[in-house]
Amino acid sequence: MALLEVRGLRREFGGVVAVDGVDLTVEAGETVSVIGPNGAGKTTLFNLITGLDKPDGGQVLLDGRPITGLPPEELAALGIARTFQHGRVFGNLSVLDNVLIGAHTRQAAHRLRAPVLGMMAELALALIQPPAWREERRRLREEAREVLALFGDRLLPRADQPAYSLSYANRRRTEIARALALRPRLLLLDEPTAGMNPTETAEVLEFIRALKGRGLTILLIEHKLSLVMQLSDRVIVMDDGRKIAEGAPQSVRDDPKVIEAYLGHKRQVGDARDAQPAGEDDRRAGRPQARPASVS
Amino acid sequence: MPEFTLRAFADQLVNGLVIGNIYALIAIGLALIFGVANLINFAHGSVYMIGAYVGWVCVTGLGWSLGPTFIVVAVVCGVLGVLIERFGLRRLQSEARIAPLLATIGISFALDQLVQLIFSPNPQSFPSPLPATRVMLGGVSIGALDALIAAITITIAAALFAFLRFTRLGWALRATAQDREAAQQMGVDVNAINALAFAVASVLGGIGGVMIGMYFTSVYPTMSYGAMVKGFAANLLGGLGSVPGAVIGGLLLGLIETFGVALFGSTYRNLFTFVILIGVLVLRPTGLFGAQRAMPPEPLTGTFVANSKPVRIPWFVAIGGLVAAALLPFISSNPYLLQIFTNAWLFAMLALSITLVTGTAGQMSLGQAGFLAIGGYASALLAMRLGWPLELSLLAGAAIAAALGTLLMWPVFRLRNQYVALATLGIGEVINQIILNWEGLTNGVLGLSNIPPLSLFGLPIVETAPIYWFALAMLVVAALFQWRLTQSHLGRTWRAMREDEVAARAFGVSLHRYKALAFIAGGLIAGLSGAFTAHMYSYINNETFAATTSILGLTMVILGGMGNMSGAVVGAIALTALPELFRPLADARYLLYGVVLLLLVRFRPQGLLGTV
Ligand SMILES: Nc1ncnc2c1ncn2[C@@H]1O[C@H](COP(=O)(O)OP(=O)(O)O)[C@@H](O)[C@H]1O
Ligand SMILES: [Mg+2]
Repeated sequence: MALLEVRGLRREFGGVVAVDGVDLTVEAGETVSVIGPNGAGKTTLFNLITGLDKPDGGQVLLDGRPITGLPPEELAALGIARTFQHGRVFGNLSVLDNVLIGAHTRQAAHRLRAPVLGMMAELALALIQPPAWREERRRLREEAREVLALFGDRLLPRADQPAYSLSYANRRRTEIARALALRPRLLLLDEPTAGMNPTETAEVLEFIRALKGRGLTILLIEHKLSLVMQLSDRVIVMDDGRKIAEGAPQSVRDDPKVIEAYLGHKRQVGDARDAQPAGEDDRRAGRPQARPASVS
Repeated sequence: MPEFTLRAFADQLVNGLVIGNIYALIAIGLALIFGVANLINFAHGSVYMIGAYVGWVCVTGLGWSLGPTFIVVAVVCGVLGVLIERFGLRRLQSEARIAPLLATIGISFALDQLVQLIFSPNPQSFPSPLPATRVMLGGVSIGALDALIAAITITIAAALFAFLRFTRLGWALRATAQDREAAQQMGVDVNAINALAFAVASVLGGIGGVMIGMYFTSVYPTMSYGAMVKGFAANLLGGLGSVPGAVIGGLLLGLIETFGVALFGSTYRNLFTFVILIGVLVLRPTGLFGAQRAMPPEPLTGTFVANSKPVRIPWFVAIGGLVAAALLPFISSNPYLLQIFTNAWLFAMLALSITLVTGTAGQMSLGQAGFLAIGGYASALLAMRLGWPLELSLLAGAAIAAALGTLLMWPVFRLRNQYVALATLGIGEVINQIILNWEGLTNGVLGLSNIPPLSLFGLPIVETAPIYWFALAMLVVAALFQWRLTQSHLGRTWRAMREDEVAARAFGVSLHRYKALAFIAGGLIAGLSGAFTAHMYSYINNETFAATTSILGLTMVILGGMGNMSGAVVGAIALTALPELFRPLADARYLLYGVVLLLLVRFRPQGLLGTV
């Protein structure tokens, strides 16, 4: 059984059909990439899978269990973690605290689910701090540092700095670290290299390759096709909300429909405003917003 | 209950429509500003009140007729609106989302106090210069003023409609309201449009103020607050930011209120407003006529609080400060000084609770005084009616405040940013209104007197110094409690939720739960402070914990730095003690608070000690 299965997923915004009857499956251990021009509906697809947005139709299954329309907090507890295209680190939290939020669902407090009593218990235990809690706290901190260490000396020396003070690339790394701290069964990465220079991109490539090597299941949105070609087991191409092609990286690249979709949009790149609601984070960080729409 | 004949019904209908017309004027202004600047303008009520005073000066003081009066009012208020936009708000556009909102609160504090200083806090009689004759129209009696109000409002609404529809400027204004960035790219000077929206809104507000002044034949400084809340309620009813919605919302609110008062009595007047405010926020945040779209999407960027590195107070400084505070009664036996500082400690507890809820958890609460009130009344009633010992009634008061207050705040948990501010303000006011109207329990306006004094293990505590120590000890316990929580995973989760609700949810943070926990923890502390206050004064009524107390507490928090516990205490000392120590300031304390708020937001948004 596939780890993730999406059937006929659909989402409309006013008249725009952002996601239009998309089907896809991701097997455990696979790395699947979703590519397509800006505005194709890739981010919306991610939002639907992670529960941040509710579909107008279709189904999402995890391990064959329907999870359609569940709130994001429950999906996180089921092991779905994601990063955001524009970066959503917690600015005033330290890097370490950002990563610890990633481990939120793994804390003992998270198992106190009863509505009122669970809440009161959580308050009381946070006040008393019994030894088991302190032990858990120590362990999670240790693990968070281990996750940070995966990025060499990029993040670890800055663990106690507030995230807003980080460089753009380091904020993006922090986001990946936060997602990893959840110990995800399924990791969704939305343009992890957007706005990064070639060196940084190459670093992310190696990083994702290593995650893949550890058997992580990854669903990846990416514009940089060389990276997609090297990492993906399968590639799904979207255009105008629809899936227009799917297959091995090589075969998708040579598919005339795919080339047509990219070229068709390339002509408008100059005048179309960014399809995303806001690219403020990129702008604020002084990074270019270029998302090359090329198939070379 | 008055007998309800058809005739009375018709009269009430006219009353309701007339009042509704004025609410509509206020609401249109708020809608314009919300639409163009995406800002809930808390200073709007003050502009309206100033309009009323200018009108009163012209008519009653100078003996002018209504024509020139309205012109002067329009000019003064229009200029005031432009000044507010230009010097109070424009620079804040790129700041944290909370900044312009706080600035409008600061402006309203300052303006209200200025008027109070100039004209005294007492109501001034404002007789209408119009003839008192009433004409009968199909069995309904209509006065000259009624007709004038209706005529002016309809003229203004029509003119505004024509302006928005048919002029280039009006088009630019609507374009800006729809999509600011797009309008800017098309060459619209959005700053000028902002100023224009404030000018038009302020003119309408000022004219509304004059008319209401004549209608109720009096003007007074605090009329600003009520008008502002009425305007919000009308606006929400019709859909925040919608001009036609504001008109309909205003009329509906006027009718509901007038008939409500006719049926249940005038003490219920404000209860209706607030219940509507909250009902709409909970059931239909887009308003009765708003599009079915969800609430306007918040921009992805811009955190709730400013980025900052907090000043860490070394532990020995904190201990030193505490020791000094504990020794104060030995240093000075001046009872007046001790009373001031006792007050400061009680305010510091309120500030702690606000800094937890608003600073740490990011829920902009303007209703925190409601927790004080519940704590105060609960503890007083348990001690008076059931004879509970003080230790027990204090703790029970705190617990009841936390539980009941959080339950009442529940509707807020679905809302975000500015809506939270608006809804908490409304809920704080509902608590106040319930206290006012539930006479069997609370004794209504008369309040509770002869509340048992403070005591500990049966020993009464009535001297100034022991009361001082008792308050200080409670503050220390509250601070330790809060420190413990904010250092645990709860603190981290609260702050993450404040920074970005979407990202927090994506990592499993259940927002309702952690918002509730913040209100419970903060409610315990505020409730304890309120309970202590009740026994200390041995008398409380519904005004002991007025809405301005919440905003004062918030100012302390912003002064010290959001979420910063030492900042909350420093802010409380500064704003409680300073005006008392420098007597001339005491009469103008709200002017001071307002100016402090404005300067902070502009020049040091992270507060003195920084956001945590
Ligand atoms: N919240 C929203 N409201 C309205 N339209 C949206 C919203 N989110 C996305 N869209 C629209 O849906 C389409 C797909 O957007 P998106 O999923 O962000 O594309 P991609 O990530 O492939 O660039 C675009 O036309 C976009 O304008
Ligand atoms: Mg996208």
